[in-house]
Amino acid sequence: MYALQTKDLTLGYGEQTVIDQLNLLIPKGEMSVLIGGNGCGKSTLLRSLARLLKPHSGGIVLDGEAISNKPTKEIARKMAILPQSPVAPEGLTVLQLVKQGRYPYQSWFSQWSEDDEIAVQKALKATHMEEYAERNVDSLSGGQRQRAWIALTLAQDTDIILLDEPTTYLDLAHQVEVLDLLFELNKEDNRTILMVLHDLNLACRYADHVIAVKDKGIYDQGKPEDIVNVELVERVFGLQCDIIQDPLFGTPLCVPHGKGRRVHLAGTKDV
Amino acid sequence: MTKYTSFRMKAISFLLDRRALWVIVGLIGAVLLTALLSIGLGEIFMTPDQVVKALFGYGDEMNELVVKQFRFPRIAMAVLAGAALAVSGAILQGMIRNPLASPDILGITWGGALATIGFLTVFSDKANALTVRIQWMPLASFAGAVLAGFLVFILSWKNGISPIRLVLIGIGLTALLQALTTLLMIVGPIYRASEANIWITGSVHGTNGQDVLTLLPWVVILLIVLMVYSRRVNLQELGDDVARGAGAMLLKDRIVLLLISTALAGGAVAFAGGVGFVGLMAPHIARKLVGSSFGVLVPVSALVGSMLVMVADLIGRTVFSPLEVPAGVFTAAIGAPYFIYLLYRSRNK
Repeated sequence: MYALQTKDLTLGYGEQTVIDQLNLLIPKGEMSVLIGGNGCGKSTLLRSLARLLKPHSGGIVLDGEAISNKPTKEIARKMAILPQSPVAPEGLTVLQLVKQGRYPYQSWFSQWSEDDEIAVQKALKATHMEEYAERNVDSLSGGQRQRAWIALTLAQDTDIILLDEPTTYLDLAHQVEVLDLLFELNKEDNRTILMVLHDLNLACRYADHVIAVKDKGIYDQGKPEDIVNVELVERVFGLQCDIIQDPLFGTPLCVPHGKGRRVHLAGTKDV
Repeated sequence: MTKYTSFRMKAISFLLDRRALWVIVGLIGAVLLTALLSIGLGEIFMTPDQVVKALFGYGDEMNELVVKQFRFPRIAMAVLAGAALAVSGAILQGMIRNPLASPDILGITWGGALATIGFLTVFSDKANALTVRIQWMPLASFAGAVLAGFLVFILSWKNGISPIRLVLIGIGLTALLQALTTLLMIVGPIYRASEANIWITGSVHGTNGQDVLTLLPWVVILLIVLMVYSRRVNLQELGDDVARGAGAMLLKDRIVLLLISTALAGGAVAFAGGVGFVGLMAPHIARKLVGSSFGVLVPVSALVGSMLVMVADLIGRTVFSPLEVPAGVFTAAIGAPYFIYLLYRSRNK
């Protein structure tokens, strides 16, 4: 089963084509990660899947229907998007932020129904943000802030969640915190998650499915352990590396070549 | 939840911020009290109870005349114009996501100024008498403000309206409109120039009851529509991508909001002239009081704006009595340094 599908999708800015005639299937209920070098078009692709960018040609299918034919509010009840490093206005509380995920369910006079309240409470609970509900978003740490934004997309109560680099600007501990949360949402609630990640090693650890974007199309896709190898990293990122097994998770771990300090111990090799 | 109260009644439901409710109640009280004192102050002094008696028709004849014919309409106009300008600014600041936006900066006020001066110049005869009735002047001012608003939107249109483009084009248009206004004042009759100058500065002097009754429904209806629209502003403040991702029709919402903002500023400008900086300051003060959630920001900005113009007018007509100093002088006197302070603060961000 597929959550999202692109049909001959061509994307670009002005004259410049970024993605050319792409046919892509996003598996349902899985955690998929788009990887690729800077400027390869993975963020552009994600934004267009979320109807934030109009395709030059081709289309996107959600639930068997082209999204261009669906009312935007109806799409918002099926698919949520968290853009890259969003900024909350000054003085906004976490509750006021998360509440706005209910927009597609509200109407002129019904602006805080019981369903809204339940969904917001659930979102705050899932992101462990209940105790911060009345705090100002600007007063939170980077990781908490990102959790508040994820809570907003959860309040939208959708089967599909798209995230554009949800770990940017976060330190390693907060990166793991955010990815663990998304992992839980995927495994426990069976939500389809598609995101752009820069860190290949974290992508390999968390993703069921990785999609490597290169040359206006897909270089390869599949389970990380099946496709992430020395050749892929070289072709997609232009980087020489060794791929070893993650000692904790068994997933592929990329050790880049290059310069750096060397400590000669048993088991290290020269490259 | 400790800070919020849920309000639910059949199909109607809202989340209310309790602290904001108290702020609103407090501000309403302060506005009423200031109005009461302000009506009593002037060449003829009245105690608050004399004012109340006069308002309800139990006072002595002289007091009643002064209150009903002069002071009450004037103060009501200060309240209405202040509220309209403040809310117009609150909409722009929320939508553009820039605290420095206001109807004066976008050129809306100056469109009104140019139209007013144009009206005075075109319809004056050689003896400096108007050839048409002065009652038409607010219509000209309003039309000018709305036209300027539209011009800014049309010029900044390029596959939608980008907030930053809107501000830049607004600043450009303001400069052009100011130049044209000055030109008309210089070539026009000198007597009209001084009248025009008072208009540009902004004054509620000489308001009559009919003016108030014309503006009142306009402001009330627009404010109600805006309150219902407020959740869309809240969403827009999170950025274009977040708003569209949550299902907002960004373009449609923006056009409606710009219309409301322009219509409010145009209405205020038509009767009170270009009272400056209220649209900039009031939303700021309001955000300090209740945060940036738009549903409460609108009423609080409106009340703060009312207060600003009312106090400016009170100072203008009492402190330098018998001289009448336009209210706009005082709003600018506080507003300009405030603007510089905001710029100074944003420099460090």
